Amino acid sequence: MSAASTAEPAFVAKTKTGRVTDFVDQRVGGSGILREFGRKVFPDHWSFMFGEVALYSFVILLLSGTFLTFFFDPSMAETHYDGSYVPLKGVEMSVAYSSSLDISFDIRGGLFMRQVHHWAALLFVASIAVHMLRVFFTGAFRKPREMNWVVGSVLLILAMAAGFTGYSLPDDLLSGNGLRIIDGVIKSIPVIGTYISFFLFGGEFPGTAVIGRLYMLHILLVPALILLMIVLHLFMVVVHKHTQYPGPGRNDNNVVGYPLGPVYAAKAGGFFFIVFGVLALMAGFFTINPIWNYGPYDPSPVSAGTQPDWYIGFVDGALRLMPGTFGDWQVEQTWLGFVFSFNVLLPALVPAGILFTVMFMYPWIERWITKDDREHHVLDRPRNAPTRTAIGMAGFVWYCVMWAAAGSDLIATHFSVSLNDVTYWLRALFFIGPIIAFIVTKRVALALQRKDREIALHGRETGRIVRLPHGEFIEVHAPLDEYKRYKLVGFESPEVLPAVPNEHGVVTRKEKRRAFLSKWFFEDRVAPASPAELEAAHGHGHGHEAVEAQESAKSLSR
Amino acid sequence: MKALSQKRRHPLAAIALLLMGLLITGGLYAVATTVNEAKASTTSYSADDVEEGGKLFAANCATCHGMGASGTDAGPSLVGVGAASVDFQVGTGRMPMQMNGPQAMKKPVQFNDEQTNQLAAYVASLGAGPAIPEEGLLDEGGDAAAGGELFRVNCAMCHNAAAAGGALTRGKFAPALADVSGKHIYEAMVTGPQNMPVFSDSNITPEDKRDIITFLKQIETTGSPGGADLGSLGPVAEGLFVWVAGLGVIIAFTIWLTSRTS
Repeated sequence: MSAASTAEPAFVAKTKTGRVTDFVDQRVGGSGILREFGRKVFPDHWSFMFGEVALYSFVILLLSGTFLTFFFDPSMAETHYDGSYVPLKGVEMSVAYSSSLDISFDIRGGLFMRQVHHWAALLFVASIAVHMLRVFFTGAFRKPREMNWVVGSVLLILAMAAGFTGYSLPDDLLSGNGLRIIDGVIKSIPVIGTYISFFLFGGEFPGTAVIGRLYMLHILLVPALILLMIVLHLFMVVVHKHTQYPGPGRNDNNVVGYPLGPVYAAKAGGFFFIVFGVLALMAGFFTINPIWNYGPYDPSPVSAGTQPDWYIGFVDGALRLMPGTFGDWQVEQTWLGFVFSFNVLLPALVPAGILFTVMFMYPWIERWITKDDREHHVLDRPRNAPTRTAIGMAGFVWYCVMWAAAGSDLIATHFSVSLNDVTYWLRALFFIGPIIAFIVTKRVALALQRKDREIALHGRETGRIVRLPHGEFIEVHAPLDEYKRYKLVGFESPEVLPAVPNEHGVVTRKEKRRAFLSKWFFEDRVAPASPAELEAAHGHGHGHEAVEAQESAKSLSR
Repeated sequence: MKALSQKRRHPLAAIALLLMGLLITGGLYAVATTVNEAKASTTSYSADDVEEGGKLFAANCATCHGMGASGTDAGPSLVGVGAASVDFQVGTGRMPMQMNGPQAMKKPVQFNDEQTNQLAAYVASLGAGPAIPEEGLLDEGGDAAAGGELFRVNCAMCHNAAAAGGALTRGKFAPALADVSGKHIYEAMVTGPQNMPVFSDSNITPEDKRDIITFLKQIETTGSPGGADLGSLGPVAEGLFVWVAGLGVIIAFTIWLTSRTS
């Protein structure tokens, strides 16, 4: 009794809702979590929202996918179609295909859900890709976010895996052709390839097991892994805090933006419905994967224009670009009685392998070259890291060449050019495209930096030409306000780090290589305008200001 | 029989035997091949048609195909190609050819039905070949599902499963089949125009051809149940759409969402 009297009177909420809330709060500590999360600050920029788009697409995928599982039957048993799509009536097909057709034609809202699911899948991977490009080009993968970059890269691969396993499920001609290519790629792996293929398909392709197996991967394992990775990803975003673009008052020790509650919570919630709405409109008005066009899978026919979904396209394109022979030399070789299908193995695995390896390792590569162990929360403008931007563009162009090659037949028919010529050009671009992209991007970035420097020092060109009393013509430059100028001068411009001896006084070969790369990275640089330079330019600018004063005086006197 | 056996050692017996063998195999071959042209030139054209057709031919086609359609370096001989071939090539505007290229392009038709018919009559008169199909085979009353299976096995590898067309090597292509008349589809199958192979009647029977035409017409009239079909070009068109339109709209929204506060 005495304990109760000394304690503060217990808080009693006035309304019923308040009492329920209080009850829950006392048991799970919700208000503490909300206080912590609600004050999380997020900077505002449109390019920061692609990760959100990916997340929302994933939620939509889960919702629409759950609907589809109610009606889809992943069986490869044979049946005769008896649904309402007349051109396939009585055709022999698998139960999987038949149930996909039923979802499309005989289940209310089924076709819409299928199309929402498929469009959301395409958008999911596309928004992940754009998000990763944003992170790369702004240098957001630097310390402390290297591991989150890896988690994100794993998410990209998982998203591709989810997409591909889903693409194969309806067992139509298109997806069967796609599976056949995967089967071919697997079989091209020396020695063990055939065994892996037999293991996967439960015997000779296509067998009767693969759809059921892919279904389990598609609805259970892959989404669970994606969910796990998303949790890790978001957890690390909270731990690291969000990055921000450079600007006045922004530095590596703060985050300038709006708190999660209420502004961002409202925005993010609203944005979910916007993404949902866009996908729903797309699904309502534009057909995707019209499986009824393709017919049931049968290993003999292959349709013209057979392509994978866009995110697997670059692998398909690399396969299309690979020549089968060089002159008289066959790329496919028989050694010791074993066939080595390098014509399939090389294009299918090597470019993707290089892309993903570099992608995973890039944060560490740059860290090694720059010896930069500081935390970075302020992003780089892409132009202010010319070599990184150029490397990114080279990789991007390389990817796009392979990507375009996957549509080589459609490029040929729609632009009335020869399919062979398209292939020859793309083969050439496969090698020289990245080099051209690197050089051009680096030069453009440096040129933009010079322009920035010029504007910071001398102001913006107004296009007004003024004739001075003694006859000289000058162009009036409008001085920049401080906030805008900060953006143009407030960035880091690392210099070449020459090789330094280690603790034994030896310059190791590895250190020399690092120094060489550092030179390659930072040799060409445009230093930001220093305060002294600005001061000097400001003094120099007095002439202009005088002119402007005269100008305004003149216009006043008129 | 006795006379025959007595003369079996005659010096010319071997030659006679050889001749007989050749005649039999030749005759059988002729019979076998005409099975494919079973309906060859059964429709009779009047002598007038043939004569008018000859004049049109001399004025419009002989430059390349030669007088008497015997062929030149610029164009093949048309003896034996049949009326169906003429009706297809001229009826779709592919002939007279506008210019040399990987293949003759479709263009506005240059001759009216009567003139086309006269040209067909003339070419048909030069040698037996596939005739213009009868109406009964083009009535779209066949089995669409069976036609669909035949189409996927025989046609889809070039023309695309949704008959949207596809690329061939070196600038050649298989055209989209929407808006192609049943008659022209049939004629294309029996004559194999441009780079298309011939699907003879022993390969795909006339009834099967009717099924294929039925299927093509049915998917054309059914339209796209799921909304705009984006050209029925498959994942490339879909990928392009999601990147340009889908992401484009979303980016517009992100810019809108982040423009209000700062």
